[in-house]
Amino acid sequence: MTTLSIPLPKRPTHPTGVWDWVTTIDHKKIGILYGVTAFIMFVTGGIEALVMRAQLASPEAALVSPEVFNQLFTMHATTMIFLGVMPMGAAFFNYIIPLQIGARDVAFPRLNAFSFWTFLAGALILKLSWFMGGAPNAGWFGYAPITGLAYNPGHGIDFWVLSLQVLGIASLAAAFNFVVTIINMRAPGMTLMRMPLFTWMTLITAFLIILAFPVITVALIELLFDRFYETNFFVTTAGANPLLWQHLFWIFGHPEVYILILPAMGIVSEILPTFAKKPLFGYPVIVLSGIIIGFLGWMVWSHHMFTVGLGPVANSVFAITTMAIAVPTGIKIFSWIATMWGGSLIFKTPMLFSIGFIALFIVGGLSGVMHSSAASDAQQQDTYFVVAHLHYVLFGGAIFAIFGGIYYWFPKMFGRFLNERMGQINFWLMFIGMNLTFFPMHFLGLDGMPRRIYTYAEGMGWDFWNIISTVGSFTLALGILVFIVNFIKSVRSGEIAGADPWDGRTLEWSIPSPPPVYNFAQIPIVHDRDAWWAQKREGIPAVPVAGSSEDEHDIHLPQASYWPLVTSIGLFIGAYGLLFTIDIAGISRVPVVAVIGGAITMVGIVAWALEPVNEPDESPEHY
Amino acid sequence: MSVPCARVTAEKETTTNTMPKFSRSNRKLIGVLLLVFLGTLLTACYPDNPQSTFDATGPVARSQLTLFWIIFWAAAFVFVLVEGILVYTIIRYRAKPGDPDPHQTHGNTRLEIGWTVLPAVILIAVAIPTVFTIFDNANSPDPDGGLQVDVLAAQWWWEFTYRDPADSTKDLITANELHIPVDEVININLDSKDVLHSFWIPKIAGKVDVIPNNKNHLWIMGQEIGEFLGQCAEFCGVAHALMRFRVIVESQAEFDAWLESEKQNAIEPIDPLAMQGKAIFEGNQAQCWACHTVKGSQKARGQVGPDLTHVGRRTHIAAGIRENTQQNLRDWITDPDTVKPGNIMATQAQVYNDPNSKLSDAQISALVRYLQGLK
Repeated sequence: MTTLSIPLPKRPTHPTGVWDWVTTIDHKKIGILYGVTAFIMFVTGGIEALVMRAQLASPEAALVSPEVFNQLFTMHATTMIFLGVMPMGAAFFNYIIPLQIGARDVAFPRLNAFSFWTFLAGALILKLSWFMGGAPNAGWFGYAPITGLAYNPGHGIDFWVLSLQVLGIASLAAAFNFVVTIINMRAPGMTLMRMPLFTWMTLITAFLIILAFPVITVALIELLFDRFYETNFFVTTAGANPLLWQHLFWIFGHPEVYILILPAMGIVSEILPTFAKKPLFGYPVIVLSGIIIGFLGWMVWSHHMFTVGLGPVANSVFAITTMAIAVPTGIKIFSWIATMWGGSLIFKTPMLFSIGFIALFIVGGLSGVMHSSAASDAQQQDTYFVVAHLHYVLFGGAIFAIFGGIYYWFPKMFGRFLNERMGQINFWLMFIGMNLTFFPMHFLGLDGMPRRIYTYAEGMGWDFWNIISTVGSFTLALGILVFIVNFIKSVRSGEIAGADPWDGRTLEWSIPSPPPVYNFAQIPIVHDRDAWWAQKREGIPAVPVAGSSEDEHDIHLPQASYWPLVTSIGLFIGAYGLLFTIDIAGISRVPVVAVIGGAITMVGIVAWALEPVNEPDESPEHY
Repeated sequence: MSVPCARVTAEKETTTNTMPKFSRSNRKLIGVLLLVFLGTLLTACYPDNPQSTFDATGPVARSQLTLFWIIFWAAAFVFVLVEGILVYTIIRYRAKPGDPDPHQTHGNTRLEIGWTVLPAVILIAVAIPTVFTIFDNANSPDPDGGLQVDVLAAQWWWEFTYRDPADSTKDLITANELHIPVDEVININLDSKDVLHSFWIPKIAGKVDVIPNNKNHLWIMGQEIGEFLGQCAEFCGVAHALMRFRVIVESQAEFDAWLESEKQNAIEPIDPLAMQGKAIFEGNQAQCWACHTVKGSQKARGQVGPDLTHVGRRTHIAAGIRENTQQNLRDWITDPDTVKPGNIMATQAQVYNDPNSKLSDAQISALVRYLQGLK
């Protein structure tokens, strides 16, 4: 093959500083970028929630206008799901998976960088809508036809559609990357049934993303065409059936729930054995349960639609499939408790969050079973009872596990501990705040308070539990504030943690903290599910002694690249650009800016394709 | 060394390790905490609240409540059991200084089969009444007979059409207050004028969504005479929170009388202020007639807003959010956007958007008098 001689700019070679972070393709740095960005987004979503709680603290309050309130709940949910919990999961995938499977990076490091920058682009498109004439206001579920031009002429919904499309690209790229990484890059000897549980749950999550996101992509393209090019997919006055949107949305939306919770279950399944000093109880069954949940997740979407009139047969079927999901979920909970049973439990902060996860997830699971009973759900659907349920699952579940994961892996990432005392305060404030905020919502829902109302009349009997809930939400916020202070202090001056501060069981604890760029001086050979534990306790060597046979200066690592960032910037400009059209030469509404964005993306992709993984001659990142 | 899938003898393990070393006070504490928790649960259900689902007065809501209690007690049982085991485990197995590594148990097949089967059995017990109730509530006991009411939901109010079985020209159209006879099957047909809504009367029946191009049906029955609140339960735009309605359950005789009188034409105003109000209503400055119907009027035949033929009789205005008093009616007519943000009367009627058409205080007084007289 002849060599192509298109002159490309020189590769970035900045070992530190801003340019290093911008061009890095090191999975660990990308993991930190994901985590920090997602946490900032999580805080903005939290502020949106606090404003809503302040408004609902008393009847007929007028802190925000109804329109702003509707934007707040739309943005809160969209932010927390797509910009908070999902990318925080991605942060752990990025940082931890290669370390757990004994790899030096992910399969496609540049694609990984592209995922992050594209995620950031989608996040900015969504959040900047606050300053661009108004945020989306139709709920995170965006039910047709209220998202149509007839009822929503502003640009809020456009930002929402474009942002979700861009975020979908990021999620899909990341999911393919992790499927390939997990399947192909495991260390020798790490069979599937020796994979750490977090890696397993990540694999299942990645498959769910690959299968679920195309569905929402189709729905969003239809909506986008309705809004930009006057098609009639969801225009009811032209005869459209708005249930089409609901089916498409929830066929994506329910697996999405498992996309949010499975990584959390994976994190908890790592923390519990470490702090109980026992292997995970019933590992094969937990793996199988995760897979079954992944499958069943596709058969329950209509339980979000019990009141839309699908008829008694459909409702019965979906009620039963939904109840069936409680079985594998129950197995997991029992297995976690059995992991602790007979153990030697150490209640460090990661463990507290994991136990909190179990305790709260049980509540969310049980209220989920209540919803699954379609007939009785007719009283609960779209009330605060559902708000209580989903927050027990996603806050008590996903967020608690993520906080546990941060406390658990922080020493690995930064070589220092998060302050334990502040950690305990952080946990208890969040645990109490969480229950104060969300438990009363069960009562409110059963007392007939609908969701998504910006105000309520006096005399409905909802005043007391609403004020309690608001107090709870600020307690929760205080807990998160303690975490932020803890994080900032500990990154700089936390107690130094060694390579294996928790007496861990899996491979990431066998290497220094923070890990060197190349992770493993020598690729370990795995003989056991808890490979590092087996080496420590039973002398089965998984990790060859560093420097014994392979000289670490011969490790070749993929090098930094500008092109993933350029490609993402093109997507950002291209998506925004769809909103700016001009008439040229008799052709109306030409999206000039979008074309420019598309061109930048194409340049990025071509240059990326032509760029070798490693520059053969100069190799600044040889170790 | 642990081999994947190996079952270390955990049965022995569980029997030798389970001698509880719980102190009596710990056990008491856990018991008290659980009781306090359950007590809070039960006292927090207020059947007196106007939209409480715990005060079911019709067969539909009652069957839903019964089902709720079945599942609630099953859930409460599981909750106490599992959280109890969890709390027990974390107290019992906390690390003590100098503990050796615990036994590396990997699983226990019998136990795992047990906690797969037990939840499945509980779920089957819940699924059976669920399916029965789903079918009972979906199928009206008298689908073709009984009272047929068409509900048309709109941003942000409700139109109710009582169909006359014999003569469709004698259908009655009214708004926001649904009168029904006690102990009768009412068949309701749901349709939407614009976006999604959901029809919900917590004390009488769980919600059914109102979806354009997708006619839905439900049946209800009120078994207690009185006034019951309903509210839209599907997000439907700016003033979703303010889309409420009332159900008035009355004796058959009262209902018949109400239906008959509602079908009558509007009362012609006799006092001069009200007559002036009617003129404004039918005039070209306010143009109320373009959107509202007043039966008996030659001019007021509009179909956009609620029928106002007997608006003076309704207990509330603006879809159940304000009592029907002179002052409230005045506030509503003066500045509808403040009372119900985004409503189309405020956003589209010329009288509220063209400064030249703005009504004077005196004109509004006349309109209020006229509307209040429409009994």
